[in-house]
Amino acid sequence: MLLNSLWLALRSIRRNLLRSFLTILGIVIGVSAVITMVTLGKGATQAVQTQIAGLGSNLLMVRTGQRQGHGGGAGAPAFKEADAAAILAELGGVAAAAPEGRTNVTVVGNGRNWATNVTGSTNAWFTTGNWKLASGRTFEAEDQSVGGAVCIVGETVRREIFGGAVGAGGLGAQLRIKQFSCEVIGVLASKGQAAMGNDQDDVVLVPLHTLQRRVTGTQSVATLLVSMQEGTDSTRLKASLTQLLRERRKLTAGDDDNFNVLDTQQLAETLSGTTQVMTTLLGAVAAVSLLVGGIGIMNIMLVSVTERTREIGLRLAIGALEREVLLQFLIEAVVLAALGGIVGIVIATGASIALASVMGVPYLFDPTINLLSFLFSAGIGVLFGYFPARRAARMDPIEALRHE
Amino acid sequence: MSDAPALTRAAPPVAVGQPLIRLRGVTKVYGTGEVALLALKGIDLTIAAGEFVAIMGPSGSGKSTAMNILGCLDTPTAGQYLFLGAHVESLSRDRLARLRRRYLGFVFQGFNLLARTSAQENVELPLVYRGEGAAARHAAAAKALRSVGLGGWEHHTPAELSGGQQQRVAIARAIVTEPAVLLADEPTGNLDTRRSQEIMDLLRGLNTDHGITVLMVTHEPDMAAYARRLVHFIDGRIDSDVLNPHPVEPGLPAGQAR
Repeated sequence: MLLNSLWLALRSIRRNLLRSFLTILGIVIGVSAVITMVTLGKGATQAVQTQIAGLGSNLLMVRTGQRQGHGGGAGAPAFKEADAAAILAELGGVAAAAPEGRTNVTVVGNGRNWATNVTGSTNAWFTTGNWKLASGRTFEAEDQSVGGAVCIVGETVRREIFGGAVGAGGLGAQLRIKQFSCEVIGVLASKGQAAMGNDQDDVVLVPLHTLQRRVTGTQSVATLLVSMQEGTDSTRLKASLTQLLRERRKLTAGDDDNFNVLDTQQLAETLSGTTQVMTTLLGAVAAVSLLVGGIGIMNIMLVSVTERTREIGLRLAIGALEREVLLQFLIEAVVLAALGGIVGIVIATGASIALASVMGVPYLFDPTINLLSFLFSAGIGVLFGYFPARRAARMDPIEALRHE
Repeated sequence: MSDAPALTRAAPPVAVGQPLIRLRGVTKVYGTGEVALLALKGIDLTIAAGEFVAIMGPSGSGKSTAMNILGCLDTPTAGQYLFLGAHVESLSRDRLARLRRRYLGFVFQGFNLLARTSAQENVELPLVYRGEGAAARHAAAAKALRSVGLGGWEHHTPAELSGGQQQRVAIARAIVTEPAVLLADEPTGNLDTRRSQEIMDLLRGLNTDHGITVLMVTHEPDMAAYARRLVHFIDGRIDSDVLNPHPVEPGLPAGQAR
């Protein structure tokens, strides 16, 4: 019985190929829009999460100034190197604390030059930033205390200056930073593209004292990087960190903080939360087009029922039951809608892959949303096919046969 | 019944001469109140199995209404309709449909074939609703088409067939289920004289050779002359109900004519 109805439905769809195609177009567009939006949204969410994870997990970034973000540091006094040592010594749950200073400089070596970011810090920087060495060694205690002429280069700098094999070339060579030359003692393992598209590997690391004495000429430290031990309550650590820094910066109870603490985990949650909201929103907008597609199906099914009144009359006259006619038209609507769903999934897969590569986000096949969209489109077929089908089933065979 | 298609769930044979249809005091009213139209004003009619009855009368005489009731497409407002002893007037819509699919075959003036659908599939349609399997459907439809002289035309669509051929397909569709009664509503109304005679020969053959009871509405005396019983309707009543002493004798054998 069901098989027969399916057979009849497929025959009827085949008989009106162009109209069937136009009917399902709405569903096709709806399904492909929903799937594409959600897939790209999920890809974007994952991209953000990957980028933030690259910053280092369980990391607190302390900067001067009241507000987070750019330009907040103006006017507020800088940190000192001793602040980092105090944080590590006085607070529980701290895995490493690195003072960090940065400046943009053009470095010269091997007859080439390259504008890059020169960062000064201690060996703790490797822990806080989740950095590993591809080759060479980290700083020795003497390098750190006297500000030795040594440097560790990121993969991008290594490639631009020295070329050659990834992670190896350039070791032991000289690199000139402003007026002084340093020996390349290590190469950082590549991290790739970072948050907001900047290249994390475009960096030259020197001991903090080297940066202070030979490049910038100040004692100040712009940023403190504090990485927490696994399982540390970041809220509590943030509170005690704030308290400690307030004391060290001699702020009285009435003063506002002249520094801010940024939690990367919190940042990750906020950012991925934002992309998830965007995904849901776009998906919902796309779902509206699915609804419009469903109305399109109802419209065509009503036309089809009217057009085929005599056929329905004949079927009823030769003994089709009401529910058989109902099922025939209902299945026709469902088959149309499901067909639209399948075509939509195919188009969405192509569009998602293409758009993901254009937007630079990973393509993640999501079986849930594909299945859900398919079932939803079939459901729309039932919902919007029922009314026309019932109209067909309730026809009076005599009237229907007389219909011109 | 040697040439009729063999079906697994065929209608039980009804012995010729046994009462098949009995209308008692059947009335039909359309509408209500002041605009009510009394289409049938108390009809008594008994039809035995194996009869060939022509129902005649001017338009508005109630013959179409009577045909709809006889065909179980409509129910009387009052009165009784006994089909094989069962009360039809009290049956639900679905039970009427089951009765039609089991015992009745229909032929219409306008053929009512499904467009863009082969003759074979058109003929198979009633079997689909009887739940026959594909193989049984194909065999029965091919046989029915052969019995109306359309062997070899199985895969032609209605647009590729002449009017007479289309009506033959419709007749094949009506008899593929081995019905007890064939109801034909102006079956020759859209055909020229020559094709009309062919169709009438075919109907007469189904009646005499296969024992199918034929009820036919017509306003053409030439066509009614093929029947063995003539029922005249006038103004919602049966005006006359007579046997035709000299029905038209077989002329051209059906199926050879084109």
